[in-house]
Amino acid sequence: MIRSKTLYEKLVDAHTVRTLDDQGNVLLYIDRSILNEYTSPQAFSGLREAAREIWNPGTLLLNVDHVNPTRPERTPAMTDAGGELQVNYFRENSQYFGIELFDVMDKRQGIEHVVAPEQGWVLPGMVIAAGDSHTSTYGAFGALGFGIGTSEIEHLMATQTLVYKKLKTMRVSVVGLPPEAITAKDIIILLIESIGADGATGYAIEFTGEVFWALSVEGRMTVCNMAVEAGARGAFSAPDEKVFTYLKSTPRAPQNTLWQQAIAHWRALKSDDDAVFDKEIQLDCTGIEPRMTWGISPDQAGGISASVPDPATVTDPQKRRDIESALNYMGLTPGMPFDEIEITHAFIGSCTNGRIEDLRAAARVVKGRKVSPHVRAMIVPGSTQVRQKAEQEGLAQIFIDAGFEWRQSGCSMCLAMNEDVLSAGDRCASSTNRNFPGRQGAGSRTHLMSPAMVAAAAIAGHLVDVRHFVEGA
Amino acid sequence: MEPFKCITGIVAPMMAANIDTDVIMPKQFLKGIDRRGLDKGTFHDQRFLNDGTENPTFILNQSPWRQASFLVTGPNFGCGSSREHAVWGLKQLGIRALIGISFAGIFNDNCQRNGVLTITLDQKALKRIEQTATDGVDHRITVDLTEQRITAGDDTILFDIDALKKHMLVAGLDAIDYTLQYKEDIQQFEQRHFLANPWLKS
Repeated sequence: MIRSKTLYEKLVDAHTVRTLDDQGNVLLYIDRSILNEYTSPQAFSGLREAAREIWNPGTLLLNVDHVNPTRPERTPAMTDAGGELQVNYFRENSQYFGIELFDVMDKRQGIEHVVAPEQGWVLPGMVIAAGDSHTSTYGAFGALGFGIGTSEIEHLMATQTLVYKKLKTMRVSVVGLPPEAITAKDIIILLIESIGADGATGYAIEFTGEVFWALSVEGRMTVCNMAVEAGARGAFSAPDEKVFTYLKSTPRAPQNTLWQQAIAHWRALKSDDDAVFDKEIQLDCTGIEPRMTWGISPDQAGGISASVPDPATVTDPQKRRDIESALNYMGLTPGMPFDEIEITHAFIGSCTNGRIEDLRAAARVVKGRKVSPHVRAMIVPGSTQVRQKAEQEGLAQIFIDAGFEWRQSGCSMCLAMNEDVLSAGDRCASSTNRNFPGRQGAGSRTHLMSPAMVAAAAIAGHLVDVRHFVEGA
Repeated sequence: MEPFKCITGIVAPMMAANIDTDVIMPKQFLKGIDRRGLDKGTFHDQRFLNDGTENPTFILNQSPWRQASFLVTGPNFGCGSSREHAVWGLKQLGIRALIGISFAGIFNDNCQRNGVLTITLDQKALKRIEQTATDGVDHRITVDLTEQRITAGDDTILFDIDALKKHMLVAGLDAIDYTLQYKEDIQQFEQRHFLANPWLKS
């Protein structure tokens, strides 16, 4: 009898070139990658220095996103010497190795994890590794996507493989009756809050459950994207009809008979009914509130109507110290209601929440209202295509009328490698993925939440329950 | 890659949970196209005050930990961004091994590729290393990868590591050379893979 397998095991087995030992190390074949200008340069230099060739340049795609400015007027030039150096070297490597590049003026440019799905670069059943931790996003398509460092990028380019140690498997069933206002972002923050920032370290997560299946493909991308903030190196779900419909209209999807063949193959991509997972989690979303983070790690989060926790009530000394240092950094006092926290900035964008659906949700909250006078509010679409679409749908005008800055696409203030940087003491409601100290600028303070929650905070001038603003946001 | 066999040095305690790679290597040091000069960036926003002078309260600015070769770390060390700059920086600062309760996956692989050893211990064993780091006579330990053994004074702690990882670290093997010995396997796999999934061929 053939042993039952999880989807993860099927994906890994289908990409195993050979096993390397009896400890779970395998040589794993990588179907595709997408590279950015800041984690790739040393990998290209390594290949050049060793005079190595790239195994298959056709499996690689270069895309500028981390360092480019997002000013409303787009130019090919970067605004700082380091960024210019990196983008120029990127262009040079594109030429030298013959790899396709989405440069900053390209209509297809955007944040890599928004662009790759948009282009149909990611297909079910693929294994994709890329030099960015949020490569887990691609799991929404039934692909195994995971982040790697620069040395591994070099290894991948030279060999089309990685030396890979198999992970344990975790199934997360998202169930219950969530209130209408609850978004994919609230669900993933709730998961991270529940299992901790290392709750899935060493695991690959497979998502299932009626609440997960009800999400759009974009929403599933948000969930898989941020699963890495719980330590998961791979987070995915079986591909379904929603995924196939999404892919059908993408420019690089297989055509005609190949599409028919592919889709027949993809329908079989799921865990066997009796497959056994190393860990099972039930995430009950019944009656949950919109989530937000209060600390300096994505698991330091709560519902919007709660208050800043009191470290004095925590018995574990290490945990107490961690909360104390978080509150100290964040400038918060125990017991303060979350919805009294005033903000200076509001940011909507990133690979987590920079897609058209996110902008629609934010626009529903913003329409006919004005950004609070003491808040600088920015919208940075996840890709140039998302920006265009939002303009066509009239969303851009809603944001502009309300006093938001309507900017060009890029990673921007999610990690603040370009000129979109907060100053010390600034406090930002942010639709991004990390609230680490200094993430958005040295000394700056980040509260993570859904795009609709950020929009509501921008208008109120403080963190606020989005349900006060719109029914079913 | 620089081999790791047996190294003796000072161990510094850094026990906070979730020390992320943004903290280890802040964004302002990510704008290069080579690996140079990252020692200055390592823990920059904690190591230096706004005026550029050293922050005297930061552990690696204090004697004897300024000379640390090892860090003993809290849970989920190296979480967050995939930036390998964090590991290049730690190594340039003189750190050759990290001993902790858990390490984030990408960071862990990045360490391996740069000859920086990560050792995972249980809470009890880790506490003993933490004690040496904090209150030990000379704060020194010996990490012997060949023997999979840490010694701190009279105390000896054995640790586990994958044989494959150990082999590559001890020999200082180049990972690409290692993999290219299987070049024919990869080619054969690829043929089968494209036959089974013809829409993948580009």
